Formats: sequence, structure tokens, C-alpha cells
Amino acid sequence: MIFVPKQKSILPGFGLSMGFTLAYLGLLVLIPLSMLFLRSASLSWSDFWATAFSSRTLAAYKLSFGASLLGASINAVFGFLVAWVLVRYEFPGKRMMDALVDMPFALPTAVAGIALTAIYSQNGWMGKLLAPFGIQAAFSPLGVVIALTFVGLPFVVRTLEPVLQEIDKEVEEVAASLGANRLQTFLKVIFPALGPALLTGFSLAFARALGEYGSVVFISGNMPFKTEIVPLLIMTKLEQYDYTGARVIAVVMLVASFSLLLVINLLQAWTRRGQS
Amino acid sequence: MTKSTTEPIWIRCALIGTAIFFLALFLFMPMAAVFIGALKKGLVVFLQSLIEPDTLASVRLTLLVAAITVPLNTVFGVAAAWAITKFNFRGKHVLLTLIDIPFTVSPVISGMIFVLLFGAQSALGAWLIACDIKIIFAVPGIVIATMFVTFPFVARELIPLMQSQGIEEEEASLTLGAGAWQTFFRVTLPNIKWSLLYGVVLTNARAMGEFGAVSVVSGHIRGATNTMPLQVEILYNEYNFAAAFAVSSILTMLALVTLAAKRFIEWKSVVNCHSRSSS
Amino acid sequence: MLPKKIAILLFSLVLAAPAFAKEVTLLNASYDPTREFYEEYNRAFAKHWKDQTGETVVIQQSHGGSGKQARAVLDGLEADVVTLALAYDIDSLHKRGGLVPGNWQRRLPNNSAPYTSAIVFLVRKGNPKNIKDWSDLTRDGISVITPNPKTSGGARWNFLAAWAYALKQQGGNEETAKEFVKKLYKNAPVLDTGARGSTTTFVERGIGDVLISWENEAFLAIHKLGKSDFEIIVPSISVLAEPPVSIVDSVAKKRGTEPLASAYLKYLYSDEAQEIIAKHYFRPRNEQVAAKYADQFPQLHLITIDDDAFGGWQHAQAKFFADQGIFDQIYSS
Repeated sequence: MIFVPKQKSILPGFGLSMGFTLAYLGLLVLIPLSMLFLRSASLSWSDFWATAFSSRTLAAYKLSFGASLLGASINAVFGFLVAWVLVRYEFPGKRMMDALVDMPFALPTAVAGIALTAIYSQNGWMGKLLAPFGIQAAFSPLGVVIALTFVGLPFVVRTLEPVLQEIDKEVEEVAASLGANRLQTFLKVIFPALGPALLTGFSLAFARALGEYGSVVFISGNMPFKTEIVPLLIMTKLEQYDYTGARVIAVVMLVASFSLLLVINLLQAWTRRGQS
Repeated sequence: MTKSTTEPIWIRCALIGTAIFFLALFLFMPMAAVFIGALKKGLVVFLQSLIEPDTLASVRLTLLVAAITVPLNTVFGVAAAWAITKFNFRGKHVLLTLIDIPFTVSPVISGMIFVLLFGAQSALGAWLIACDIKIIFAVPGIVIATMFVTFPFVARELIPLMQSQGIEEEEASLTLGAGAWQTFFRVTLPNIKWSLLYGVVLTNARAMGEFGAVSVVSGHIRGATNTMPLQVEILYNEYNFAAAFAVSSILTMLALVTLAAKRFIEWKSVVNCHSRSSS
Repeated sequence: MLPKKIAILLFSLVLAAPAFAKEVTLLNASYDPTREFYEEYNRAFAKHWKDQTGETVVIQQSHGGSGKQARAVLDGLEADVVTLALAYDIDSLHKRGGLVPGNWQRRLPNNSAPYTSAIVFLVRKGNPKNIKDWSDLTRDGISVITPNPKTSGGARWNFLAAWAYALKQQGGNEETAKEFVKKLYKNAPVLDTGARGSTTTFVERGIGDVLISWENEAFLAIHKLGKSDFEIIVPSISVLAEPPVSIVDSVAKKRGTEPLASAYLKYLYSDEAQEIIAKHYFRPRNEQVAAKYADQFPQLHLITIDDDAFGGWQHAQAKFFADQGIFDQIYSS
């Protein structure tokens, strides 16, 4: 049986807490989500295929997945750096920096989109600097990457920080006393310990970026085949009263999210096992 | 810190510099843009745009939505964490994944599923309309969508912590004759309170700032179903940039207060840990 | 279960709230560019209604993309009246939900469109790129700002105006027209999701040489953004945009607001309302008012959606903007 304790526990409240959890989960998440699948089930396979993988949607998947991947990668590199600096070093303004990392999480996406567009369009602070090099940031795929990097930023830092804090300094000292130089210690000792957490943070940032809509539509320019993200395509379909089309693309995105989540959770289990 | 476990000073400086540069690019600048935009036309315009009736209505609605969403999701988060971490059962990974779903669902899709469920074109929606119960395009719809979006945060904060804490303390309390609720409130809750608070803080921040999902289910009725993030969009679309940034800056400030609260919580929990381990 | 009780309590609270209010409410679901106009018109109408009946009416406004608003009404947004950008969207209320009767457009004068607008160009001061007509928009090195026709009703008018221009040229046919719009959209670096977004891109972000815009939006941008940095250019051919209005019968019947809603829409044709309309740069229908404001509106060669080139909204929507329609084709090849 699923969701039933394997052995009798002395602790009370399993029935209550599990019952409440399942009821709440079912009412708020599972039933609404199943609507999406039920209603698209009436479509034939070929129709489903034609809508879900037309050349335009394919271009949008490519951009959404590509830009999210790139954004998450940037976050993996720089998020790692930020987490490292915040945990290991002392410098003025460190506390403020640490507090601000959560900012993209709390800031409404529309506000983020407006602010980023103002900065990176050609008469904005950054846009002006980039223009002489022929780099167009806003209204290009680069703009999408910038927005997605912004929304995913907290996740890598926040998953890495606690793990970094827990790494035993003694191990590093041992490595050093055995003759390893700092780079070797980092590559052979520290980095492997952080690997799983880094992957988790990366996947979280990626998952968050994949669904992002509010901030991207302001900065992307929304050009078909070039800067059109998948969530926008869903909106476009709805705008044409094409509920079925919108649902089909939503289902594809959902399946992608599910798979991603499963990977994240397995990674987290792996991280925990690695820690203990 | 010994020499063997740290980097030469120039590397440290370079790393710190790069980190600050990265954060400046992606965090400080957008934030500065918001505040500069808000105060561009002076403090008077800033304050005036905040006491505009529609804006005030949006503030009230946002607070109401958060006031309903946060407690409900907190209760859920605690219940889910209790069931998952204190017992062994088959399907734990599935349940964990299910709880995380709302985190990865695009806000656009989250809004859409509630329109599909409660909209006039579904059987349930038609029945609700016949009974004159308004869910979608009214406050309940906004609350439900917000609950969906902020669903996993408390549980997510609690589960790793409660897993590492194990069940020994609760078992001891029960063996000593304490009741179930007594054990929960006297033993479990004090152990998890800081993580719980952090989860609440995150839920609150997200509940107040959610844009995409709420935008789909709100109906955008001025002074009635516009939350603060939606009000920002409206003001922006009216070319009222100063007011749009003023409301944004309030939300940003809210975020900053939230973050300050979070810092305080972390500091408290560290102090707490130290006093516990030293006593 | 507790949450359920809370939920029921909440619902009843929310439902009970309107009962305390003594006034009658009316919800007008409209599209984006009418915000400023309806704000003033609602005040005027409320006063008119109070004078006539002694009743206080509170008019609530909801604005958004025209298609999005129609969809919200279909999904249950209880709007007593809709005032949208395209007849196509109100047709959808009839076709997909039976919320309005099939003859809705004949219930009020002038195809139920109490005001009109036209498509014009907004260029930067002094017209540095010397843009005079549609053909200039396809020149190399011209950057054109227009919203996305897939998400913006106004953008569909823009597209159709360009199409009509190309068709009416010497030797113009569907092939040349397609080539023409393809070149034009190649010059568009951004497709914002709404008309307001495009204006912001052009005016605030400083992107593009020309903005294709509704006349009223162009005037509003110039006046509201307080800048003397722009000029309006009138092309040789433009389309007559007729934004229609209608009661949403099923909602008004249920809420018992039919007389009020009907009066609200009829009053749009009154002299007072037509003046407000002209003040907000929409073209009034009333001839005296139109004559009074004639200086404000440039003379244009206007064609309507019912022109042979388009054949009405249902036809135009399917041909140009549906999936795999002409707009998609110019991007896919």
C-alpha cells in the first residue's frame, strides 16, 4: 500500500497529518492539474503532435530551454562564487550582500521585467555601455538570458551556502599537510563535496527559469522564432480562443517540469546521503 | 584561519570583486532603477501616488490575500513535514515531488488551470455561476491561485531540518507521558520554529509579489481585484511611470523588510543554537 | 475539515460584501487605450444618471488586451457591458458562449461603434528618416515599432492597414502584399504584447524610427508623456478602426442591470459624450462635434474592415491571424 506506514510508530498523528496533506494537495494541486490532462486527452495523437511540435513551438522550446540552461549555468558559476565569498571571506557590506540575494525571489516579476528593460535597452545604463560594442541586450535572446539569470539567482547561492558551511576545515588542512596545493585541495576535496548541492541549485534555477513569464515578456521583444518563449506562446494561443492548443503546450511543459522535479528530488536525496 | 585553508589575498580580492560585480549587475542595478524611477518626480508625487484610492485598494487586497494564504499554507507545510519526516511509508519520493510541483509550473499555466476548473465553460464553473458563487475573477480566485504558487515553501524549509532532527525527542516526550499535542507544541515546535518562520517569510514574500498566475485569474477590476503587482502594470501602461515605480518600490521595500526579518531569524537561530549547545 | 469551513466563511464574506453597498454597480470590461476616456465618461454618465433617476451608480472598469478581456467575460467575468477593440471579440461572446445575441452589432447606431479611430505613424521630431507613407516603412535601415498582432487587437489593424496599402498599389495583388508586409515586419525589432507596450518602447526606450499606432494613442503619447519630440505622419491609406460596444445580455439580465447598461451605452452617442470622445482623440460619430474638432483630425483615406480586401472580421481573422495564417507565414519562410 502507498502512503501507509511500513511499521507501527510510537508517534501519533500520522492519519491526521497525512490525511490533511493529501486532501490539501489533492484539492489545490492535483485536481486542478488533472483538468489540463483530461481535457487534452480528447485530442488524437496526430493533432496533439502537430500542435505540440510545430516549427514555431519548437523554436520557442529551443529558446526557453536554451536560455534557461544558459541562465542556470551562469548562476551555477557566479552563484558558486557568491556563495563561496559569502561563506569563506570577511569584507565590508557582506551582510547586506547576503540579504539581497533573495531579492529576485521576492520582487514581483513584472517589476523585475520593467526594471531590467529600463537598464538594458539602448538608452539605459547598461544598454549605453554595450551599444558601442554592437551588443544589443534588450529585445534579443540575450535579454531573455538576463531576465532568466535574474530570477534563478537565489537558488544556487541558497542551496550551496549551508553545504559550504558544513564542510570540515580539517579535511582541507589534511589535504594541505599531505602536500596538496590550494587549487588541488579545491578541485579534489571541496568541489566534489559541493557537486550534488550545486546540481540541485542548478536544476532549481533551471526549473524556475523555464516557466518564467512576467519579467521576460518585457525584455525579450517577443519576435516569433527568435525571442518568443513558451509561456508567451501559451498566452498567444489563449488570445486566439485556442484553448486546446494552449493546453497541449502546457501539458508538454508540465511533463518537462515533472521529469525535472523528479531529477531534483533524487539529487537532493543523493546530496543528503552524501552529507550523512 | 591557517594559510593552508585559504587563498592568497589577491585571489580573495579578485573573487570578492567578481562576486560584487555580478550582484551589482543583476541585483543592485534593478533595485536602484526602481527607487530612482520612484523618486524621479520628487517625494510629493511619490507620496501622492501611494494614497491614490485604487492603489490603496490594491494594497488592502494584497494584504488580505497574504493574510489568508500564509496561515493555510503554514498549517499544510507543518502537517506535510510531520507526515513525511516522522514516519516511514512507501511513496515518499512521489509525495515529495507532488508537493514541489507548483514550484516548477509556469505561473501562466497555474492561472490557466484555475480558469479551466472554475471558468464558466467547465461544468463546475457553470454550477458555481448558477449558485451565484464567484471564485474566478474575484477575491477567492486570487487567493486560490496565490495558495497554489506558494504551496511548497513552508514544507520545503521544514522537511530537511526535521529529517535531520529525527524522532528521538518526540519519542522520549511521549514515553514520559506527554500527550500528542503537548509533545508537538513543547518539543517539535521549539525545534523547528526558526525554519518555520523562514518558510513563512518566504511564503509571504511570494504571496505579495506573485504576478503571472494572479494576472490570469484576477479580471483586473479597478479598485476591486487588482493586487499591488497588477496595479504596477496598470500604472505603467498608463504612462504613469513615477507612480508605477512608487508602488514597485513599496513592494521592493516589503521584500527588503522580509529579507531583514529573515536575517534576524537566522541570527536568532544561531544564537539559539549556541545557547542550546553550551547549556 | 477546518480549511473548508474557513473557505466557506470566506466565500460568504466576499459574497456578502456587495450587499452592504447601497449603490448600483456596473462593470465595463474594456481594452487598453480607452482607460483615460472611460474614466472621464464614467463620471459624466454617473452624474447624468443621478440627475435622471436619483440613483447613484458606481462604474467599475477593467482594462486589458481586447481578446483577453473577451475571454475573461466568456470564462465568467461578470461585465455588464463590453467596450472592445474588435467586433471579432464580441462575436466570440456570441459564438462561444451565447452571452450576446447574434444581432448585437445592429442594436446601436453606427455598427455599435460610438467612436472610431485611424492608424497613423508617430515619428521622431523633424522626421529625420523622412517617412511619408507605408512604402517608407519597408526601406532598408528603417526600424518599425508595432505590437504583436497575435496578442494585440490594435496591432491587427496595423497589419491590415499595411496590407490594404500594398493591395491598392499599381499591380498590387495578394503575392505583392504578402511580400510587402513581410519586408515591413522584417524591420520590426520588437513585438510588444500590447499597444501600450509598443508606445513605451518607442517613446521611453528610444527604440525605432516610426511607431505604427492608433491615432488616439499617438495623440495621447504626445500629450501625456509631455514631450515635443514627436510628430504624427498621416499615410495615404489607413483603416477606419471601429471599436464596438455591447451589453452582455446574460450578465445584465442576471444582475438586473439591463436598463442601466443600455442607458450607459446609449449615452455614448449623446453630445456630451461625443465631446469627451473627441477630447480624448477618438473620432466622434456626431457630425456637429466632428465638425467642431475637424482641425484636430487629419483628413484620411480610410477603408473599413468590410472592404473587399478583408471581408469582415471573421474572414480576416481566419485568413491573417489564425495559426498558419498569413502573419505566421511571413515569419516561417
